[in-house]
Amino acid sequence: MEQQVGTFAVKKGLAQMLKGGVIMDVVTPEHARIAEDAGAVAVMALERVPADIRAHGGVARMSDPELILKIMDTVSIPVMAKCRIGHFVEAQILEAIGVDYIDESEVLTPADEHHHINKHAFKVPFVCGCRNLGEALRRIGEGAAMIRTKGEAGTGDVVEAVRHARSVLGDIRRLQTMAEEEVMAFAKEIGAPYELVMETRALGRLPVVNFAAGGIATPADAAMMMQLGVDGVFVGSGIFKSGDPARRAAAIVKAVTHYNDPYILAEVSRNLGEPMVGRQISAIPETELIAGRGW
Amino acid sequence: MRIGVLALQGDFAEHIAVLRRMGVEAEEVRLPQHLHSLDGLIIPGGESTTIGKLAVAYDLIEPLRDFGKEKPIWGTCAGAIFLSKDARRQQPLLNLMDITVERNAFGRQVDSFEIDLDVPVLNQFSSEPRPYHAVFIRAPLIASVEKDAQPLACLPDGRIVAARQGHLLATSFHPELTSDDRFHRYFLSFAEKAES
Repeated sequence: MEQQVGTFAVKKGLAQMLKGGVIMDVVTPEHARIAEDAGAVAVMALERVPADIRAHGGVARMSDPELILKIMDTVSIPVMAKCRIGHFVEAQILEAIGVDYIDESEVLTPADEHHHINKHAFKVPFVCGCRNLGEALRRIGEGAAMIRTKGEAGTGDVVEAVRHARSVLGDIRRLQTMAEEEVMAFAKEIGAPYELVMETRALGRLPVVNFAAGGIATPADAAMMMQLGVDGVFVGSGIFKSGDPARRAAAIVKAVTHYNDPYILAEVSRNLGEPMVGRQISAIPETELIAGRGW
Repeated sequence: MRIGVLALQGDFAEHIAVLRRMGVEAEEVRLPQHLHSLDGLIIPGGESTTIGKLAVAYDLIEPLRDFGKEKPIWGTCAGAIFLSKDARRQQPLLNLMDITVERNAFGRQVDSFEIDLDVPVLNQFSSEPRPYHAVFIRAPLIASVEKDAQPLACLPDGRIVAARQGHLLATSFHPELTSDDRFHRYFLSFAEKAES
C-alpha cells in the first residue's frame, strides 16, 4: 500500500494521543510556552480567551494567522485554532498554515445558521462541541474526529459542562440497554445518523475521543469531568485569567492524570492563588449564552 | 504474565485493550509502587513532553530506569522518544536505548500517514509473510541506532521506524491503533523469556 495522508484513522488517532491530557487556551507565544512547560498536551491559539470574547462583545472571528504561526513556532506540542461554525474558508486558511486541529467553535460568532462545515473534505482533523448525543453524532457524521462538551465557555462555572457530559454519557448507557428494534426510533428522536448510533451502542462510548470543555477552572473541576467519564479536558479562560497561571496549569495537568486519587488531588489543589473570578451561568441573560449555537 | 502500561497520559487504554483481548493481565502504572511484580512495561503514544514532566513530578525516572535494566519495555511513538538517549532537544528522557530520535520528523498533523511496512521479525507470527500496516501520527524518526541496538523496520526510503536493543523495543508508529496484534505478540515474547 502506498502512503496515505489525511485518513480518518490519523485524524482520530491524534485525538487518541491527547487522551488523559489538558489542552489550554493561549493568546501569546509566552502563554504557549508556559502551557507547554506545565505539561499541556496541546494549545488552542486564539486572540482572546472566551471570558474576554464575552466582555468585548461584537463579532468574534478566526484569529490572525500571524499570531497562530508565532505560537506554532514557539512550542513542539500540537497547536489548535478556532474557526466559526460553518465558515469553511476560515477552515481552509487554518489548514493552509498547518494547524494540527481545527475547533469549529460556538465561542466564535456562527457564520452559517443551518450548516456546519463538511469536515470530510479536509486533511486536517476537526473537534466540535456538543450538548447531547445527537449533536455529537451529527458532528461525527460531518467528519469531526474529536468531540468536546460545550459547557458555557468563559464563565468559570462548570455546571453546563457537567450537564452536557451527563447527557451524552447517560444517553449512551440508555442506548446500550435498548432492544435493537428501538434504536431507529431513538436515532430519529435525537436526530443522529443510524449507523453511528449503532456503532456507539456496540462500543459503549462515542466512536471518537471525547473531552470536556467550558467552565473548567480548578483541578477539582477537571478531575470531576474525568471521573464522569470524559477522555481529557480543555481549559480556556480558567488558567490565564487566574492569579498564578503556571502553577494552576501544572496542577490541572496532574489532576487529570491522578483524577481518581483524592490525596494527590488535595496536594495539587493547595496554594494555587486566586481562581478566575467567573460568572454564575444562571445569572447570565439567555441572549448572552453561547452553548445554544450549533445545529 | 502481568504487563504494565504507563498511564500518565496518552493512549494507554488502547494498549490495555489489545493486551486484555490477548488474555494478558494488564495494569495502569501512574506511581513507582505500581511497577512491582510486573513482567514488562509499555510506554504508550501521547505527548512525550507531558509524559516526561509527569514522570519527573512523581519520581518515576529512576524506578523506570531500574525496571528497564532487567525487564522488557516497549515505547510506541512518544514512548520511543522517552526510551531514547537523545531527542535533540531538552526534555526528560529515560536514556535506556542507544537510539537518537527526531521528534515530529515528518512535519505537522496534515502530514500524518498510514503505510504498509515490511517487518521481517513479525513473520514468525503469521502463516505466510505479510506486510504490517502502520499508523504514523506526528511521528518521530529513529535517526540513528548505536551500540547493539538494531533496526527492525524501515520506510521505503530507508529511514528507521522500529528498533530493538536486547529486551527494549521502540516503534515510531502505533500498533495499538490497529487490529494486527503481531507487534504485541513480539514484545510479549521478550517478557516470556524474562519470566522463564
